[in-house]
Amino acid sequence: MFKVLERIFRDRLATGKISLAGSDRFRGPIEGSTSSEILARCAASCPVAAFDVKGEDYTIDYKKCIFCGRCVEACAQKAVEESREDGLHHKHEDAMPYLIEAGQEVLQDVLREKLGRSLHVRHLDAGSCNACDFEMGATGNPYYDLSRYGVHFVASPRHADLLMVTGVVTRNLEQALKMSYDAMPEPRLVMACGACAAGGETYGDTYAIVGAADKVVPVDLYVPGCPPRPSAMIVGLLAAADMLKKKL
Amino acid sequence: MFTEIMPEAVLETAEKYSANGAHPLTAMFGRDETESGAGYAIYCCFEFPEKKDIDGFKMVFDPKGSLEYDSITHVVPGAAWYEREIRDMFGLVPKGHPDLRPLVLHEGFPENFYPLRKNVSVNAKVQGDRKYKMRTAKGEGLFEVPVGPIHAGIIEPGHFRFSQAGEAMLQLDAKLFYTHRGIEKAVEGKTPYEALPIIERICGACSIANTWSFCQGAEKIAGVLVPRRAEIIRTLLMELERITNHVGDLGNIPAGVGFNPAISLGGRLKEKMMRLCEAVAGNRFLRGFIVPGGVRQDITEELAEHIHEVLDDVADGVEDLSVMFAEQENFQNRIQTTGIVRNRTAVDLAMVGVGARASGFAHDSRSDFDYGVYSELNFKPFTKSMGDVAARILVRIGELSASFEMVDSLLEMLNGCPNDDLVADMKYGAGEGWGISESARGSNFHYLVLDDAGKIDRLFVRSASYPNWPALTVAVQGDIIPDFPLINKSFELCYACIDR
Repeated sequence: MFKVLERIFRDRLATGKISLAGSDRFRGPIEGSTSSEILARCAASCPVAAFDVKGEDYTIDYKKCIFCGRCVEACAQKAVEESREDGLHHKHEDAMPYLIEAGQEVLQDVLREKLGRSLHVRHLDAGSCNACDFEMGATGNPYYDLSRYGVHFVASPRHADLLMVTGVVTRNLEQALKMSYDAMPEPRLVMACGACAAGGETYGDTYAIVGAADKVVPVDLYVPGCPPRPSAMIVGLLAAADMLKKKL
Repeated sequence: MFTEIMPEAVLETAEKYSANGAHPLTAMFGRDETESGAGYAIYCCFEFPEKKDIDGFKMVFDPKGSLEYDSITHVVPGAAWYEREIRDMFGLVPKGHPDLRPLVLHEGFPENFYPLRKNVSVNAKVQGDRKYKMRTAKGEGLFEVPVGPIHAGIIEPGHFRFSQAGEAMLQLDAKLFYTHRGIEKAVEGKTPYEALPIIERICGACSIANTWSFCQGAEKIAGVLVPRRAEIIRTLLMELERITNHVGDLGNIPAGVGFNPAISLGGRLKEKMMRLCEAVAGNRFLRGFIVPGGVRQDITEELAEHIHEVLDDVADGVEDLSVMFAEQENFQNRIQTTGIVRNRTAVDLAMVGVGARASGFAHDSRSDFDYGVYSELNFKPFTKSMGDVAARILVRIGELSASFEMVDSLLEMLNGCPNDDLVADMKYGAGEGWGISESARGSNFHYLVLDDAGKIDRLFVRSASYPNWPALTVAVQGDIIPDFPLINKSFELCYACIDR
């Protein structure tokens, strides 16, 4: 008992502002420019076909991207050979993965200002590697303290405003996803959380995989990352509250 | 490398290798060699810690003969799940198996669909309606409690069917493999380097373990020696992954009884470790670090200093957590004698990791095999004998202090080691190789077969949770159902790893 009290007394508040910055090595969104030949190599090195090149322009499908860093590595190797100064690199400051197709400006007090009530979320693992699930659990730890925003995970889809889907939908879970969605009250939202649920390319196409979440249920917003960091998930949840307000 | 036998000789050969459990069953898996004119085969691997090696036999089926063999589950109980999986994947039938329900492929798949056969395409789309009947106990006053696959909390999917006599759990049947993604088929035809991002994503909690075991297999086939600095760094990453998971478990087990100050402290410590992992690897699950032949990043002096700092802090927290556990009588009351696995059960089921070691079974790949630089670290497995939730907590605490010490030594070793060579060149030909590493959950085994072009012909992945899941269903018997979350968390088994 004394240790519990001592530790509570000693440990200061851990909860801080949600930071979008990563550590120096963090592999965030990709920026920079280089020659079309090198870009073609970058595209060829992508294991999930997320890197698309047209001449000297490129686009990255962040729904699919697993942030493995192979395109940046391929670019760096070639740039050394050709002693070029430019090249691609990962952003690690302001490394907030984009909320695809829900590009609202996200305010931290969006829940209070717009929704005016709490947001209830049901998690559904449709075939994940458990990394997204661990990060979702981490949103509740003292550092992120998700409860402070009025966001709660609930036990049943019948109590949920939002279904947060992780993982590529497997054949063995397709029915569970459909039934959970059908059980939700209107208005309802679905978030595809992480590269598997959002892009569905992580493992390629196999006999056991249906695909991304939007192949099975309508998806309202996508949070990229492999896995998305807890801060990205929280920003996604706040954006969801914003979207829910518009549906109400 | 393995002795080839005909199916008729399987029982006596298995008994000989197993020697009544003295050589634990590592794994059993099938392989389709029909394209080269041979037939199907089943590999059966046993551990020989005394020679730090894996040995076993390959049961070869006549291409024109029967696809049945005698089940070895009666003499090697740990074989039960492997035989069911091989039947699902290859259609090889173990005669006399006590439970021949499907394991991996659920109701959505048709009968007679064997996805790992070479004549089935990787993205074959089939629909079916096979049966999967849950096992329940029958009797007056007994009732069933179905739970899952979608659970109330943020956890992975599995269906549990409890047969209850009032509060007491008489029997538990677990239907798993919901997150089966067909990974072993997905990597066929890829080079080890191409397959690597998928291997790293078999499981979040065991990223390093899976990647390391896989790379060991590839390196054995290529006949390549990993540079010393890379070996040290790999060992370091493995211990960081273990500390992260063990610390997370210590914060998660109290959630089974609502012991909030411990949950909160555990959550803080885990987050510190996750942030450290991101600083080290650029990814909070240490992805993108290990590659076949070595590692692709270095541990700089600055990073080493940061690792020291964070681990000192975390070690202090773990010490306090263990005092909190010991002082809280009602917590001790819940964890002692709860969810017991007897030593004989652990040996019979060839359990691994924390689950085995808490039941007095000193199974640890770090001492049983020679890989990484563990042989230079004077590592000895940490065991407890009670086999209950309390023992599994104490094993984690004991292993954490060993890991903290090992990280200190490893950083010391890095200090005097040249950093100009981090990855060896890999050139592949046809070959077979296995790899093993001790994840936070227990030993993680990969078996890799490459073809002439250096592409994957067969990969078999047996993660640590695979042999331990059946033990969970034994551990809960007789305990009350409110203790299930506690018992379950004390094993902390992955679903994604076993489902693949």
